[in-house]
Amino acid sequence: MAFEPILTRNIRKPGSETIDVYMASGGYQGLRRALKEFTPEKLIEEVKASGLRGRGGAGFPTGMKWGFLPKTKDKPRYLCVNADESEPGTFKDRLLIEKDPHLVLEGIILSAYAIESSLAFFYIRGEFHQGCRTFEKAVQEAYAKGFLGKNILGSGFNLDIIIYRGAGAYICGEETALLESLEGKRGYPRIKPPFPAIVGLYGCPTIINNVETLANVTLIAERGAAWFASIGRPPKNTGPKLFCLSGHVKRPGVFEAPLGVPFLELLNEYAGGMKHPDRPLKAAVPGGSSMKILPAAKCDVLMDFDSLAAAGTMLGSAGGFVMDSGTCIVWALHNVARFYAHESCGQCTPCREGTGWLVKILARLERGDGHPGDVDLLAGIAGKIEGNTVCPFGEAIAWPVESYVRVFRDEFEEHARARACPGKAAAAR
Amino acid sequence: MTIPVRPETDRRIDELLTRFPMRGSALLPALYLVQEEKGHVSDESMEYVASKIGVSPAFVAGVVSFYTMFHRQPVGRHHIQICRTLPCALIGADEVMAHLKTRLGIRDGETRADGKFSLASVECLGACDRAPFLQINDREHGPVDRAKMDEILKGLE
Repeated sequence: MAFEPILTRNIRKPGSETIDVYMASGGYQGLRRALKEFTPEKLIEEVKASGLRGRGGAGFPTGMKWGFLPKTKDKPRYLCVNADESEPGTFKDRLLIEKDPHLVLEGIILSAYAIESSLAFFYIRGEFHQGCRTFEKAVQEAYAKGFLGKNILGSGFNLDIIIYRGAGAYICGEETALLESLEGKRGYPRIKPPFPAIVGLYGCPTIINNVETLANVTLIAERGAAWFASIGRPPKNTGPKLFCLSGHVKRPGVFEAPLGVPFLELLNEYAGGMKHPDRPLKAAVPGGSSMKILPAAKCDVLMDFDSLAAAGTMLGSAGGFVMDSGTCIVWALHNVARFYAHESCGQCTPCREGTGWLVKILARLERGDGHPGDVDLLAGIAGKIEGNTVCPFGEAIAWPVESYVRVFRDEFEEHARARACPGKAAAAR
Repeated sequence: MTIPVRPETDRRIDELLTRFPMRGSALLPALYLVQEEKGHVSDESMEYVASKIGVSPAFVAGVVSFYTMFHRQPVGRHHIQICRTLPCALIGADEVMAHLKTRLGIRDGETRADGKFSLASVECLGACDRAPFLQINDREHGPVDRAKMDEILKGLE
């Protein structure tokens, strides 16, 4: 734990959300330097060289994404910030928005400069009332100091930012659903291609980046690509990372560590270990509820994109949560499935109908009305949703179902056989 | 048609119409403004917003029904939304919900007869480190337990 926090270096300072505190610790120096020393192309090269991969869930290289913009500049380009943090288990962007909004805002200004956009949208989930208030104030402060608006710091670069509140729909965190929502519509994901870099908001080239990704751009401008690329597990898993850990842990929270930190170190050192000393770890979902579950025996993994992919799951939004030995896994999956059934946008039949069936089957297994063959049926339905939907929401429900059932098959079978929850009495929380 | 909102709200919606590169984007913020004033989004409000933006009332109804934060019916003065998703559920959200139902004498999704409280279980609010977590209007509370809820409710009664 010798790592010195960088993304979260300000959050414990009193008034960390104000521009004065932010600037007193060197804030907006990276912007000043970049506007003077970097052309937009050079800044994109810098971000590419840093190895920064998107922190929203997919882990796509940020600089490469920016590079997909068309070379022609006949249409306006937009930067959309994805602050619709909604993946169960994830609350890291909330922390940055509420405690260090200028770190994010500086990254937005830098990124807009890099992609040559003069209008950015900050799409924040509607439930983040405090975050929205804090960010609005930060934007006002930045305008007052000349970091936003016309001719920023004498560079000739102009940028305005519009804060747009979502209104309660998990799917709007999917980038094309976010664009639909921003256009004032139901948040139905679009078919790709065309990708948003070519046809995005209002039919114009658009880049959508996650809050934490943009905060990292600030650090890259401030300290350089080489510095960033030396953190974590180079060359493909670089930089500092915010990890959320909740569920049955002693100290739930957001923890900053280099990419590649061992999961067990996060659990036992950062989060203080299990909540109840007499109930050992049963399973963990390292990346948010859409990602595949790992049984305790397989939790000795490194927390980075490629290590977790090799372990059969994903880093996702790093919204990790753990379950102890008192947890009924059928109950847990029923809860997860209910979330996805509620949040399915309804556009694609396999997802809209499939999530409903999953909930029905899990509900009857949990209450003790399971049918023979229900366990196979669950896996079968998940398999028929996966890959058959417009957006990755299909995988987001198929993966937990597939993995919970595979890893804890005995427990599901036992529920079906005993027509009851065997652990119910023991599961008193 | 008559304008069902205060002149100030109408003026603010006019402002929204010129704020975005395309006026359709004004729909969600306009609905928020109407709901802020009225407490919910009625049929009449939807027709009004539709005429302001230049879309059909059916289109607006489609949008309103898609998003959980737009209320088609009035909710309580104190609208309690408690997270039911797994990270909160692992820490006992269902017990807090059961307690609230008993205390308030209403079920999930209902408003108390005096209009003071409404109760809704909602999906993940993105505050799993403060589980069990809930919101009362735009204020956040967590972690909560029975005793804490009793204290909060006493302050609101």
